[in-house]
This record gives sequence, C-alpha cells and structure tokens, in this order.
Amino acid sequence: MLAASIALAVLAVLLAWPVPIALGRATWPHRAPAVALALWQSIALAGGLSMIGALLTFGLSPFGHDIVDAAIGFTQLDGIAAPWHVLALCAALLLTVHLLFNLVATVVRSERQRRRHAQLVTLLSSPLESGARLIDSPTPVAYCLPGPFSSVTVYSAGLVELLSPGELEAVVEHEKAHVLQRHDVVLIAFRAWYASLPWFPIAYRAQREVGLLIEMLADDRARRSVDTGTLARAIAAVGATGAGESTSPAELSDRIRRLELQPLPLAREALVIGGAAALLGVPTVLLFAPALLAALG
Amino acid sequence: MATLGELERSIMEILWASADSLSAYDLQERLSDRKLAATTILTVLSRLENKGFVARSRDARPHRYTAAATREDHMAELMHEVLGGATDRMAVLERFVGQVSPAEAETLRRLLS
Repeated sequence: MLAASIALAVLAVLLAWPVPIALGRATWPHRAPAVALALWQSIALAGGLSMIGALLTFGLSPFGHDIVDAAIGFTQLDGIAAPWHVLALCAALLLTVHLLFNLVATVVRSERQRRRHAQLVTLLSSPLESGARLIDSPTPVAYCLPGPFSSVTVYSAGLVELLSPGELEAVVEHEKAHVLQRHDVVLIAFRAWYASLPWFPIAYRAQREVGLLIEMLADDRARRSVDTGTLARAIAAVGATGAGESTSPAELSDRIRRLELQPLPLAREALVIGGAAALLGVPTVLLFAPALLAALG
Repeated sequence: MATLGELERSIMEILWASADSLSAYDLQERLSDRKLAATTILTVLSRLENKGFVARSRDARPHRYTAAATREDHMAELMHEVLGGATDRMAVLERFVGQVSPAEAETLRRLLS
C-alpha cells in the first residue's frame, strides 16, 4: 500500500510539472495535433487520478494491504489510523469534490454565458442560407458558438469584405470543424481543470496549448478544401487587422509555420497514442494491481 | 412564418430606431405586413424584457416600451466577448478574429512572402 502510494505521488508530481512542461516545449505536437490532444487529455486525467490515488492509498494503508481490502477494513473500522492518515483521506475527498464541483460550475457558467451571447447574436445578426449568422460589424471575425444541441457559426461583414472567396471558404471549413468535432467539450474540461487549480502554472499552460491544438485541428480540416497558401493567407489576413488583447501573435505564426511541416509519421503517432493509453493505465494498475494479485493468488 | 428569434430582432430594430417609447399597438402597426396579433407582440416584448433588452414604462396604459440599451452598446458587448476582452471567454470558441498589432502583422506578412 505504502509503496503504491509513493509511486502514485511520484507520478502525480511528474504529471503536474516536468511532463507538461516538456510537452509544451516539444515541437512535434504541431505536426500531429490530434494525437497531441489525446496525450494532453491523458496527462490531465492520469494526473488527477494519481493525485487522488496517492492520498487515498496512504490514508487507507492502516486498514489493509491493498485498496479493496483496505476499503472493507475502513468501513469496519478495522485498524488504527494516525492523524496524518485521516488528513490524507480528508484531502482525497476534498480534492475529488473540488474537481467535480469545478467541472459542474464551469459547465453551468459557460452555458449561462453562451445563452446570453446567443441572444445577442439573434438580435444583432441576420441568418444566412447555410444557417450561419452574419453580424454587421466591420471587425473581421468568425467564430463558432457551441451549444449542447446545436452550434451557431457567426461571421462578420468585415470578414466577408476582407477575404477572397477561397480564403472565406477556408474560414468556413475551419469553423465547421469546431462544430463537427465538438471541440467545445475538450476545451471545457481543460478550462474546468484550470478553474480548479489556478495556482498550477501548468493548468494554464495546458489550457492554452489545448486551445491552440484545437485551432490546428480545425486548420487541418480546412486544408482538405482549400490549398495551404489560401489558408495561410486567411489566418494572416484576419490576424493582421485590428488591435486586440488575448491571442498572441506567436500562436498565429505557429499556425502558419506548421502548414509547411510534414505531418508526424504514422508510426510515431501510434507511439504517442500508445503512450497516452499507457499513461492512463499506470495509476489504475498502481491502485488496483495489488488487490487483483491478492484475489488471484 | 418567422421564428421567435427573428420576430425579436424585428421588434428590437424598430425600438432601436425609434426616438420615442412605443406601445405594443404601435409596434403592431409598424409590423403590419406580418399580420401579427397584439398578444404575440406582447409575448415577445415580455420575453425581451425578461432578457433585459427592453424596458417597460407602466405609467400609462397601454404600457410603453423602449430599448434598454442602444444597438451599438450591445454590439460592443458582443465584440468584447468575441475578441477575448472579457475576463473569461468561456462560451465562445473564437480564433478567426482580428487582434494583432501592426508590427506583429508585419511579421506575419513576412512569413507568408
């Protein structure tokens, strides 16, 4: 139990610090945004699991020699827990509740915001034949407002004026990808993670990186319909007008630069997917393997 | 048959353009080509009031309605959210938006040439 607890704690620290930093610095994710996205999700999930698992196994260690045995022992109060064991159990419970609460709170908050925004869009835009909406703002914008049942894509008059038909098609295909691939769901999970652990510099980084990977995935979809040059011009043209606050120009140039790069070889993509799956397996095995071995032996 | 959303938009357009407050009957008259019942207009108005887009004056009968804010104010609110000025831009997945300074734009153009 104690050995598993220590191993889980080590894994939790690795996944909270050096691993995301290394992944954030690596250059290959821009060549394979889909698998990189899977890896980020696996890191976040395995990180949370090992954090809670480390506390839980430590807290339960006086009650038995594996997690199932100890859980039964705990319900029967069959063991003597020191204050630090109680503390660890409370922390495990608090952390679990905290993470789940933030997930729910984030979903509720963004749904409220989304609804308000959708109302504004309804009043300020006219419908297009495609079902998308056109707002008469001179600022060139295109975005997708995701919803639980249907998503709305919004284009501004400024965008239509600025782009050539080909570039406009690139933007439309890009926004379609966001809708079809339900990028909002991935994004909201990482936003909830960031909301839960705002003091973790990693959570912010992960959220930003995941946001960027999602844009790259959408760009890849747009590339199926228009040529790379047109897409690059669309990204740059929209990015190059007006002055705003939040998206860094580095992200825009990352998106343009990567269009020149070769995608990651399939074998290496498979390797990353295997790694992501293994990563999820490690805390699970650490938690339950001793119990399984005991049951078999 | 226009959807409820489109009807809301038509009514807001009239209220935004009007200098005076209007009653449901004034609105019915201005939308006469749509042949709407007064009750329909009242329903839409109360929906808009609940959402905070319309203010109702109860001093006189029939009640009179005005837009709670100008169209420009609402457009500014919307663009603020889209451009990421809002503290957390949860609801909106945006990227194809203009938001880079001229110097940065120059870097981007160089990249493309």
